[in-house]
Amino acid sequence: MSDTVAHGAHPPGFAHQFEDMTQQREAGNLGMWVFLVTEILFFGGMFTSYIIFRTLHFASFEAGSHLLKVQFGATNTVVLIVSSLTMALAIRAAQTGKRKGQIIFWLILTMFLGALFLGLKLRYEWYADYVEGIVPGISWNSGAHAPGVELFMCFYFFMTGLHAIHMVIGLGILTVLVIMAARDKFSSRYYAPLEISGLYWHFVDIVWIFLFPLLYLIGGRYQ
Amino acid sequence: MSMAIADLHEAPADSSVNYLNATYGIRSWLLTKDHKRIGLLYLATTTLMFFVGGGAAVLMRLHLIEPQGALFEPETYNKLFSTHGIIMVFFFMVPSIPATLGNFLIPLMIGARDVAFPKLNLLSWYVFVTGCIFALYATLSGGVDTGWTFYPPYSSSFSHTHVVAVALGVFIAGFSSILTGLNFIVTIHKMRAPGMRWFRLPLFIWAMYATSLIFVLGTPVIAITLFLLGLERILHVGIFDPAVGGDPLLFQHLFWFYSHPAVYIMILPGMGVVSELITAFSRKKIFGYSFVAFSSLSIAVISFVVWGHHMFVTGQSVYAGLVFSALSFLVAIPSAVKVFNWTATLYKGSISYEAPMLYALGFVGLFTIGGLTGLFLAALATDVHLNGTYFIVAHFHYVMVGGAVMAYLGGMHFWWPKITGRLYPDYWARFAAFMIFVGFNLTFFPQFVLGYLGMPRRYAVYPAEFQVLNVMSSAGASILGVGYLIPLIYLTWSMRYGPPAGPNPWGAKGLEWTTSSPPPTENFKEIPIVTEDAYNYPTPEVPRV
Ligand SMILES: [Cu+2]
Repeated sequence: MSDTVAHGAHPPGFAHQFEDMTQQREAGNLGMWVFLVTEILFFGGMFTSYIIFRTLHFASFEAGSHLLKVQFGATNTVVLIVSSLTMALAIRAAQTGKRKGQIIFWLILTMFLGALFLGLKLRYEWYADYVEGIVPGISWNSGAHAPGVELFMCFYFFMTGLHAIHMVIGLGILTVLVIMAARDKFSSRYYAPLEISGLYWHFVDIVWIFLFPLLYLIGGRYQ
Repeated sequence: MSMAIADLHEAPADSSVNYLNATYGIRSWLLTKDHKRIGLLYLATTTLMFFVGGGAAVLMRLHLIEPQGALFEPETYNKLFSTHGIIMVFFFMVPSIPATLGNFLIPLMIGARDVAFPKLNLLSWYVFVTGCIFALYATLSGGVDTGWTFYPPYSSSFSHTHVVAVALGVFIAGFSSILTGLNFIVTIHKMRAPGMRWFRLPLFIWAMYATSLIFVLGTPVIAITLFLLGLERILHVGIFDPAVGGDPLLFQHLFWFYSHPAVYIMILPGMGVVSELITAFSRKKIFGYSFVAFSSLSIAVISFVVWGHHMFVTGQSVYAGLVFSALSFLVAIPSAVKVFNWTATLYKGSISYEAPMLYALGFVGLFTIGGLTGLFLAALATDVHLNGTYFIVAHFHYVMVGGAVMAYLGGMHFWWPKITGRLYPDYWARFAAFMIFVGFNLTFFPQFVLGYLGMPRRYAVYPAEFQVLNVMSSAGASILGVGYLIPLIYLTWSMRYGPPAGPNPWGAKGLEWTTSSPPPTENFKEIPIVTEDAYNYPTPEVPRV
């Protein structure tokens, strides 16, 4: 069978359990999609709980939402959307057989934007919240706020925290991709790792697109 | 079929080099990417966990010989049943068939060289072992007393035991389930041999596919739920605490959204195994192939919308209860489809009673009892009486132990010659199957009666009038315990001293039987080309079905 050919020739990045590159590429893509489905359910438990409590304690959730620093949330939304664009451009550069310098440039720009997101969040949101005493269980001056507000802040930290963990993992993946690109692993024939990691990066973005209005924009803040 | 071709290449001289002796040393096992070796790593780990969980069960049954409790303080008893439940559900039942037989067989059955992502497969074993270590650490350093369900507010605010360590262990082990499920789904979609169309797949593969769907869709929800519980316990932020607006019922909803489908993670693979065994030992094509295949998928789908039947008496609205009750009855349909199709397959088959078949027939009988008693619990009115009693304990042990564990052992005995290349002593295997069947029924049938009479579960003491039935149950448990030890002994013995099995000792159909035993590392010298349906046994009695 063609099997001996496939196993003898070894195209770059080819793994032995597959019969040819098409099969390998399709398997990788399907694997990432299935993983993203898992991720949706993972965040889904959180979103469901959030929605239930938001229905039960809407006024408190509104009050809690107004404690958040919406200007940083909005800035970060833009930062993330741009990072999705740069990620897509990195894949495009590989696809169209551009020099490795271009791929690396777009990847590093994506990493920079990701790090910027985390930096803003950490310094101007979470740290400020800590100083203000609106971090439940850790730094909470309970006098000022109703119990439902504490619940809202819980969900705010759980959901954005879980999202931030995904961002950190994404940065790790991007680092690996930069190293792979520097070692000339990618070409217009083989760029599956870029494509698959891109799916992940866009997914993490989309989660934020849902989180931002759910957490920051409750209750007609700017009517 | 390609069998003829495969036989030419596989059967003779080459078969001396196989996946077991290709490389040696502990490193070659701990760093293996071969799905067959990873299956064996899982087998060793889950067997260890089975005997830990089983040990706890034996101690519980010994304690319950006397109405006042023979051995332990009530606190210790609480830890024993919690340990038993947690270890058996999350660290034995869930990974048992999928991660051992599934890992070993899926690539062989679909004609692939390995799963789609071998490194991920190895990683999932390491993740699982990490979860096991947390669970064992918590058990040895004082245990946990919340029951396997971890209900708050007890688990979040009151229990003084190692809740966080155990929850973390289950959380971690969950990721190994997710990775395994992902790997299987992609493997079944993308790695099938030429000609292996979906409706030529063995029914075990359909069952594993349905199980993998639940792994991927259900497990992340229990992960996030336990994550929330851990945070609640450490930080006391109040998600499950009504005093600050939280809701303990939310935990139950999220918990059962996974844990009801998890029941089918445990039983669906067993159903897949039984479909293989019954066709092989009655030498017949399965009756109604597509019905059996689709019943697996529909069980997986329905399993996600019935979780409320665990909460009929917890303050869930009556209307929600009605809907959940009706939906729960629906599960009976695909389950019954399977049982009827197996029975129809047996009809006029040339049945032989080797050990795997004894387990399969035991499965059909015990699963039917377990399934039918489930209907009592799906009905609102009877559930109010039976909820929280030994009736429930008996019901799910008939499904989980009488069903899933019987199928697991049947499958292990069926594919053992393929896995090790050796035959085990058939006499002892039949003897053990018989002993397990008797011991199981003696243990759990009295518990139906106890539950009906009103004995609550999870208590260390009971009224004196229940003693006779409890002693019967404990006697059965000791028979069952010995029954489980016997296969451990003769299967281990056979690895060294058993006679060589040859590629196909049962004369069974399926690609895994076309390669040598044990298979070579690359499974097939040449990827087979499939030209016929599954279970294409010759039908001597009537030419048309
Ligand atoms: Cu259930």
